[in-house]
Amino acid sequence: MRRALGLAAVLGAVLAGAASAAPPNAADLEAELVCPVCETTLDQSNAPVAERMKTFIRVQIAAGDSEQEIKDALVVEFGPGVLAEPPDGGFGLLARLLPLGALLGGAVAVGLLIRAWTRRAAGTEPVEERLDPELERLVDEELARFDG
Amino acid sequence: MASRARLAGQGVAVGLVVLLFILLAWSLLTDEGGDLKSAAASGERPQAPDFTLERLDGDGDLQLSSLRGKAVVLNVWASWCIPCKDEAPFLEQVWQDNRDRDVVVVGLDAKDFRADARKFAKRFGLTFPLVYDGPGDALDGYGVTGFPETFVLDREGRVVEAFAGAVDGDDVRPRLLAAINRALET
Repeated sequence: MRRALGLAAVLGAVLAGAASAAPPNAADLEAELVCPVCETTLDQSNAPVAERMKTFIRVQIAAGDSEQEIKDALVVEFGPGVLAEPPDGGFGLLARLLPLGALLGGAVAVGLLIRAWTRRAAGTEPVEERLDPELERLVDEELARFDG
Repeated sequence: MASRARLAGQGVAVGLVVLLFILLAWSLLTDEGGDLKSAAASGERPQAPDFTLERLDGDGDLQLSSLRGKAVVLNVWASWCIPCKDEAPFLEQVWQDNRDRDVVVVGLDAKDFRADARKFAKRFGLTFPLVYDGPGDALDGYGVTGFPETFVLDREGRVVEAFAGAVDGDDVRPRLLAAINRALET
């Protein structure tokens, strides 16, 4: 049993290593990089500079570059705006967190509204409006007279 | 509780509307590029936005404002742009013919690979100063919407005339040369 587990672990490590050493896929990269002229991803663009970038990606893949090396090279040429997804740190982190914050804020707002509506519909909400004291006194007098 | 939630909702809605107005105002106020071209077209001389960009034709950077005192023909181009190939020999001729008259042609290569730009410059024998702006950040201030575009600046760095498209056409060449002469008069 122990030998079988060891063999499985070794096999897993070999497969993981093979996967990480696999050459990057051009189509995947084209979906993750932005054309600096038309500002859509490369796979959606046929602008001359996008075509040139696609050629660059294929040449670099053939030269043995990793996905990260290709992205880094394009950032050096065109700046961080060439990445479809913002980087993990700095302003990129803010760009990732802002939509999440907006989503959470929206969910809280919707939750509060639903709570208020359901309470109102169930009639559990206390009536806050009070009668004018003078009017209240008159009503009390009338009721007392009626009871008496 | 309901009234508090309603108030909060109204506050959020009003806040969002105010935020949208601020964004709209900000985008209108910072749209200097469009203003710059229309102002130049109406005969005004708006200040050209300054930039400091790395040189393609040598080491170091070039700051546009360092050319004050000379007329500048600022040409925005890219190696993948076909009209840029057509006008490149004419711009080199403008540089050669006018460099002794305090005129500098500056080629601003944008949204391009450095290596491609250098090959382009070599192919067309460009000898005027070339700068590189891969992300194209400097273009926004000029309101560049396509390639090529050319701006003629006077000795004080103000835009005398802006040209969208290639400047080598028979009808455009005299206009460019006239703009250079006007730029030199200041």
